[in-house]
Amino acid sequence: MSPEFFLPDKEGHYGEYGGKYVPETLMAALKELEEAYNKYKDDDEFKEELNYYLKDYVGRPTPLYLAERLTNLLGGAKIYLKREDLAHTGAHKINNTMGQILLAKRLGKKRIIAETGAGQHGVATATVAAMFGLECVIYMGEEDIARQAPNVFRMKILGAEVVPVSSGSKTLKDAMNEAIRDWVTNVKTTHYIIGSVAGPHPYPMIVRDFQIIIGKETKEQILAKEKRMPDYIVACVGGGSNSMGIFYPFLNTDVKLIGVEAAGLGLETGKHGASLEKGSKGVLHGSMSYVLQDEFGQIQEAHSISAGLDYPGVGPEHAYMKDKSLVTYVGITDKEAIDAFKLLSKTEGIIPALESAHAIAYLNNLAPGLSKDKIIIVNLSGRGDKDVQTAAKVMGFSL
Amino acid sequence: MNRIDEKFKLLKEKGKTALIAYIMGGYPNLDLSPKIIQSIIDSGADVLEIGIPYSDPLADGPTIQRASEKALAEGVTTPDVFNLVKNLRERNNIPILIMTYYNIIFHYGLDKFTEDAFNNGVDGVIIPDLPPEEADLWLEASKEKLDTVFLLAPTSTEERIEKIASASKGFIYCVSLTGVTGARESLSNSLPDFIASVKSKTDKPVGIGFGISTSKQAKEISELADGVIIGSAIINLIEKSKTEEEQIKNVSEFIRNVRREM
Repeated sequence: MSPEFFLPDKEGHYGEYGGKYVPETLMAALKELEEAYNKYKDDDEFKEELNYYLKDYVGRPTPLYLAERLTNLLGGAKIYLKREDLAHTGAHKINNTMGQILLAKRLGKKRIIAETGAGQHGVATATVAAMFGLECVIYMGEEDIARQAPNVFRMKILGAEVVPVSSGSKTLKDAMNEAIRDWVTNVKTTHYIIGSVAGPHPYPMIVRDFQIIIGKETKEQILAKEKRMPDYIVACVGGGSNSMGIFYPFLNTDVKLIGVEAAGLGLETGKHGASLEKGSKGVLHGSMSYVLQDEFGQIQEAHSISAGLDYPGVGPEHAYMKDKSLVTYVGITDKEAIDAFKLLSKTEGIIPALESAHAIAYLNNLAPGLSKDKIIIVNLSGRGDKDVQTAAKVMGFSL
Repeated sequence: MNRIDEKFKLLKEKGKTALIAYIMGGYPNLDLSPKIIQSIIDSGADVLEIGIPYSDPLADGPTIQRASEKALAEGVTTPDVFNLVKNLRERNNIPILIMTYYNIIFHYGLDKFTEDAFNNGVDGVIIPDLPPEEADLWLEASKEKLDTVFLLAPTSTEERIEKIASASKGFIYCVSLTGVTGARESLSNSLPDFIASVKSKTDKPVGIGFGISTSKQAKEISELADGVIIGSAIINLIEKSKTEEEQIKNVSEFIRNVRREM
């Protein structure tokens, strides 16, 4: 096994990235969380409980589906979809929220908070909080509330309080600032469920570990179906949790890993969410990574049609994997994502989340040029029901 | 001995507590900011903390967030704040600390920030999102020229109190409550125990901040600490005042009142 599998170091660093750049008030809580996680991650009772809920409540394992019509249409490599859209609540986010709520229970926390962009993480958090009977507050930018109305309603139905955030760009970044401020204030009673492989240590590690199940299942499933490893794995990258989850078990193999960032209106327009391709080193939300920033270190607003990718930072381990060339990162524009959203819906009868549509869109660049004996797996991280309003608007439909 | 150490030594000899005033640099705009700061100095503040605005101030409550947004909207940059300090330094010997978030310093360049801050008359820095665990590179770059004040919180363990008290230079910034910056009605009951625990581990001056909004609270705090830090209350006053004259007058009166009570 290569050193990558032992990261982060004990201070939470992935090379020069990661760490804990947070107010002192939170340092004790981060340590408490880290100790609890280290204690329970190998605890049989914890693992059994988590596996039970992942199987009977979340519906794991999710299928690995051969997209035959899409494969034929693109005329090249064989395309498989890892169907995280079929997990309960419609995205991979619940793998992490289920794990974290079981930790929160063991920490004796009575109140759960989370930030959300697209609303998928908010829904996944509200869901597990409802199931375990814990108070739940979700921070969401005003702009995201407007474009993800169905998910806002779902969170409310599930009993969560959705707090609109009106500072800054009114999107995911600002929701996360506000959630951190809440946590600084209520740290003794509250567990903060971060939804991506971002934030201060130990979050990037914990979220990664709870999402690795995607990659582990994928490996078993492809070996069962094809008796061999895939050639490519493609996944979208916002904060980077679904990609980290599916990539991780394939690191340091011959499998080529491709992370797709939001190129928004175009990588050269300045209106995108491509922190790894266009950002530079900096600190945001408690960790050192790549961020979109101006010449004085002010964090820039990201842009993407997909709320889940509309984030000016990225998880620190992705920054490390980029520098070490373990993963290739590419960009897909809003327009290409919308085209892929339509394409997958029509050819396979699967409406993808706009986030996942970025990964699907990259197939146009990749699949046709590969021979038919090659295999590509795309992580279909979420379903697109939440995005129908946004897509309808772009496509000129009024609902 | 630098200006910060000298000031605390002098006040201690007089049996007095330092009034440490925080203000956002370039707030409410670059013309008025030096006038307001000069009036704070003239009204009896002993130490100044000047903020460099940041887009994502996650340790700050709504008041300082608004000040930060306003200053950024006015186009205030890191060099602008250095220039502000340089102009103040021409006729003031008051200790000046820069308070800002780590990304501002990191992106400017650790060595360059140190040089420019020092050359313009800055004595120290307070970085609320930089705990000692992540501060090695910064301390290496800055130690000869700038004091770095570290923060302690009511949630800090005994072990961390020792570590941070030993790392902190100039003074130790004790956060009075579990929360973000911003004026509060009342102070935490557990504050005396927390401060006693800090004092038992260090002889360095202890400043208390976050939530202090009235001269009465400042007086209470001055019984416990070597310095009382007031920030959001000053910004609230500026927000509420209608004209420039009123802003300066109200801030001066407030600072004088607090100084007198302490």
